[in-house]
Amino acid sequence: MSALSPSRQPRSITSRLSTFFHNNPTLTLLLLLAAPLLWLGVIYLGSLGALLLQSFYRLDDFTGIVVREFTLDTYRQLFTQSNLDIVARTVAMAAAVTVACALLAFPISFYMARYASPAGKVAFFIAVTLPLWSSYLVRVYAWKLILAKEGVVGWIFGALGLQGVLDAVLAVPTIGGPSLSVSMYGTFFAFVYVWLPYMIIPTYTALERVPGSMLEASADLGARPVETFRRVILPLAMPGVIAGSIFTFSLTLGDYIIPGVLGNSAFFIGQVVLIQQGTAGNIPLAAAFTVVPMVIMFVYLWIAGRMGAFEAL
Amino acid sequence: MFTPTRRARPFTARAPFGLKLLVGLVLLFLYCPFGIILLYSFTTEETAFTFPPPGLTADWYRVALFDRPDIYPPLLLSIQVALVATFIALILGSLIAFAISRTRFFGREAITFLVILPIALPGIITGISLRSAFGLFGIDFSFWTIVIGHATFCIVVVYNNVVARLRRTAKSQTEASADLGANSLQTLRYILLPVIGTALLAGGMLAFALSFDEVIVTTFTAGQQNTLPIWIYSQLSRPRQRPVTNVVAVFVIAITFIPIFLAQRLTQDTND
Repeated sequence: MSALSPSRQPRSITSRLSTFFHNNPTLTLLLLLAAPLLWLGVIYLGSLGALLLQSFYRLDDFTGIVVREFTLDTYRQLFTQSNLDIVARTVAMAAAVTVACALLAFPISFYMARYASPAGKVAFFIAVTLPLWSSYLVRVYAWKLILAKEGVVGWIFGALGLQGVLDAVLAVPTIGGPSLSVSMYGTFFAFVYVWLPYMIIPTYTALERVPGSMLEASADLGARPVETFRRVILPLAMPGVIAGSIFTFSLTLGDYIIPGVLGNSAFFIGQVVLIQQGTAGNIPLAAAFTVVPMVIMFVYLWIAGRMGAFEAL
Repeated sequence: MFTPTRRARPFTARAPFGLKLLVGLVLLFLYCPFGIILLYSFTTEETAFTFPPPGLTADWYRVALFDRPDIYPPLLLSIQVALVATFIALILGSLIAFAISRTRFFGREAITFLVILPIALPGIITGISLRSAFGLFGIDFSFWTIVIGHATFCIVVVYNNVVARLRRTAKSQTEASADLGANSLQTLRYILLPVIGTALLAGGMLAFALSFDEVIVTTFTAGQQNTLPIWIYSQLSRPRQRPVTNVVAVFVIAITFIPIFLAQRLTQDTND
């Protein structure tokens, strides 16, 4: 009753405060958002901006000091052949990893969405997300043990008498190497492994939303399962796959641990950034290099957004 | 013509064997690295990891526990950083979730985008931009520089959990609360906080796990300090007592698996 007759009783401070908030939604919103926006908008975006700014500075080759004047020299340096090779290699790896993740993620997502019981879905969901959250570094390290010359994979090939096949695979120029753990294969396997859950979850979410009645309708209209799959399920799953690809692609673009731990000595973008800002002390070039994945990801996010990927996240 | 006999179910009620086999292989792929880590924490070899291990011993657990004091300071630092970063993320993440779910306003999409950005962009970008900002403003590396980096990418985890829960909370509940004379603070206290309680707990535990083993951003914001993942990373290139690294890895897996597992159970109703 007090809400209807506010003047009859003395109102507490909290109550008055509450009314004030209710009557001033904009102010309430600002109060709610002040701290988070300060953090993400000022600290985070500010840092990103500062980084972008520094890519327009240059390093004086003689003194080794960063010259704080606007110049495009650093970007000119970025577009040299060897640097473009690094960008191309990283993007190609990110694309390959994304495709492999999508192919591996689909069957398990499909099984989870179509065939698993409700309890089974929960169990699968936990089983898929546990590795995702657990130590990234430890999992990369595990692959080093698995792919090492004397490791599990080598042992399996040896036991099956397929040593020759392994040797032939490793002999492929540019992507091969002395053992799986020091070749592009190692880099590729580790990337696919660590990012796979990022692909499974959105794919599963998208498939889960496909109503069973729609599949029945498709069958009623005479579509064989293969057609239903190709013309109903696949298009509806695509936003999920694209949402997952945002992660697999972006995370591969910026990673420097995996190519360092498992790979031949061919550089990836992340490693160059690390070296340029660390031992080389060339922050402008490091900054210019980070602009590459940033630009690629903004374009990617824009396209993904247009294809409806954000609803599937 | 309608012929009921031709009306086959689009997909059989039971999964085809081939699909089950693929699912099994993918699960094996996801979990075999953990088995390998565990296996090699018992190997008798100190410098190499041949398969199968020549012998098994539990002695490395004793060594890690008593003979390697270098493990403890990074462990302590990682726990402290994770706790503080989680705390900050809990507050900021739920504030954004409340703001986003209660009102539609100009710039709402931009804010959700901003929250996702720290994990959508490669970690190295967050790391190097924070590092260069610290450099520009002459801020020395400290406990807090690590925390700033971690909290930034932990916010989204809390936000996601809380916003999903608020979305599922029927508006009628808060309206009923208001109709019964509760002011908005009382509604917050008696309706909203209990509703998001487990989502907060889950988000917090995920944020903790995320922070506890983060290495990419940390490399840029830690300076000379060692968190546990940085310690592990430095051990990878050092051949001495290799199985000890595995023992620590097993420990890290255990300490992150538990909160993640609990978090998933707490939010399973929001996830499905």
